[in-house]
Amino acid sequence: MTHHAMLIEDEPNIAEAIRFLLNREGWQVTTLGDGGVAEAEVRARRPDLVILDLMLPGRSGLEILQSLRADPATAELPVMMLTAKGQGRDREAAERAGASLFMAKPFSNTEFVAAARSLLGVA
Amino acid sequence: MPLSALTGSRVRERRLALGLRQADVARAAGISAAYLNLIEHGRRRVTGDVLVRLATVLGIESAELEQGSEGALAEVLRTAAAAEPEAAAELERIEEFIGRYPGWARLSGGLQRRIGQLEQAVAALNDRIAHDPHLSLSLHEVLSAVSSVRSTAAILAETEDIEPEWRARFHANLHHDSERLATGAEALVAYLDGSDRTEMPGAVSPQEELDDWLAARGWYLPELEAPGGEVDLSALASAAARDLATVWVARMRADMAALPLPRLEAALAEWGPDPVLIGTRTGVGVLVAMRRLALRPGSDLGLVIADAAGALVFRKPVPGFVPPRFGAACALWPLFEALARPMMPVLAEIEMAGRRRARFAARAWGEASWPEGFGGVEVRQAAMLLSPVPDAGGSVRRVGATCRICPEPGCPARREAPIVSEVTGLRG
Repeated sequence: MTHHAMLIEDEPNIAEAIRFLLNREGWQVTTLGDGGVAEAEVRARRPDLVILDLMLPGRSGLEILQSLRADPATAELPVMMLTAKGQGRDREAAERAGASLFMAKPFSNTEFVAAARSLLGVA
Repeated sequence: MPLSALTGSRVRERRLALGLRQADVARAAGISAAYLNLIEHGRRRVTGDVLVRLATVLGIESAELEQGSEGALAEVLRTAAAAEPEAAAELERIEEFIGRYPGWARLSGGLQRRIGQLEQAVAALNDRIAHDPHLSLSLHEVLSAVSSVRSTAAILAETEDIEPEWRARFHANLHHDSERLATGAEALVAYLDGSDRTEMPGAVSPQEELDDWLAARGWYLPELEAPGGEVDLSALASAAARDLATVWVARMRADMAALPLPRLEAALAEWGPDPVLIGTRTGVGVLVAMRRLALRPGSDLGLVIADAAGALVFRKPVPGFVPPRFGAACALWPLFEALARPMMPVLAEIEMAGRRRARFAARAWGEASWPEGFGGVEVRQAAMLLSPVPDAGGSVRRVGATCRICPEPGCPARREAPIVSEVTGLRG
């Protein structure tokens, strides 16, 4: 079965690199550049993993995470938060809101792929 | 009157310097020689008439006798003692300390003043790091570009069998990100350079950079007198400051075209420096008249302009009135009444709290505008023009620059504790 990751990231070049990396793992990747539509898309497409940037246009990553966690259908969905170094306070808030894992930019590709695999329980 | 002993010793010093005998000075001042002797040795307080008469006889200002430079020093030392109560400094022996160890006393006072300056600098830097959107935006740009470069470069380096289309795409992305990185890094360097160049706590934001530049230019840009005259902005270090300056220059140009110098001078001669009269009678509007009055060559008027949030978007200081460089201004400024009640002229005589007690006639005026028309947002702005006036007694509103450096005791509008203290008021 193909894993499906949904990537919500407004930096197109970062999104492209991540997409390439996860495609090479054999995963299907959907990318969204705007926070406003993200929640509806997650509900509609039911990905196995959500990779969510903390700072997004439209709606912040933190708000999206909070609504996903508030809904029983998505409460257990693995969510990887992408943060920038220096967003300490935002990161604490996301931790309380129930992010499964944090990845600080700039990240190494190897670490990133390993983290994504671990969230889906892929060895 | 805590400084009686010092006042006495100053009387004695002055008398001896003039080579006068105690008896002669006492007679001329209308007191007994024995009483003058007690005064000189700090055993009698000298106040009021006697002080004034002694000062006259000795040919010196009474304030100089009363306060001297030690007066100011004693104040600073009291502030230091109040800040460190655990040290249990012997406040009642402060004059003795200054008298016996003048060097150590000056050193302690100097250190206390330095602490005050450093506290202000720290507050300015904190503010800059915590609230400066320009800095955090530049940093975010750089960090995003670096993240993308790192991932993309690693893909190119580590993927052996990468398809040519992907390779081309990633190369293009790298190129794009490196451009972004260069621009972002340049903006950061210019920004940090700009603040390095000036003395602490110098320009810490683009707004302050613009203020400093305008001050260096004497608040007047003669280039704009000629139609289409260009202003060289290259002295401004950061792009953000140059952007602000471009907007400001355009406004100045429009103001000068609306109310050229000869017409402004004619209006001044006819109606006096009243911006409401000049603004309405010439039809240019009150805010334009205020800017023209404060920014004409050789003007001694101060001007501050605030936006609807009360943030100072323009500051032209005058001696005795220095608007705060960071943080909010004094809530008692007439400026803020004008901001809350647009189209109502606010006139008030104000006195700046602190030692200098400069007085000003403050004329403030606020306006609302709707640059986007119906359905658009309201943009409100208020300006306050300050003309220095002599201290003529009478009722006056005591205001400060901003709470942290305002010693005014018992201010009902105080927002936070001061880091300085009033002449007699100990901060506890």
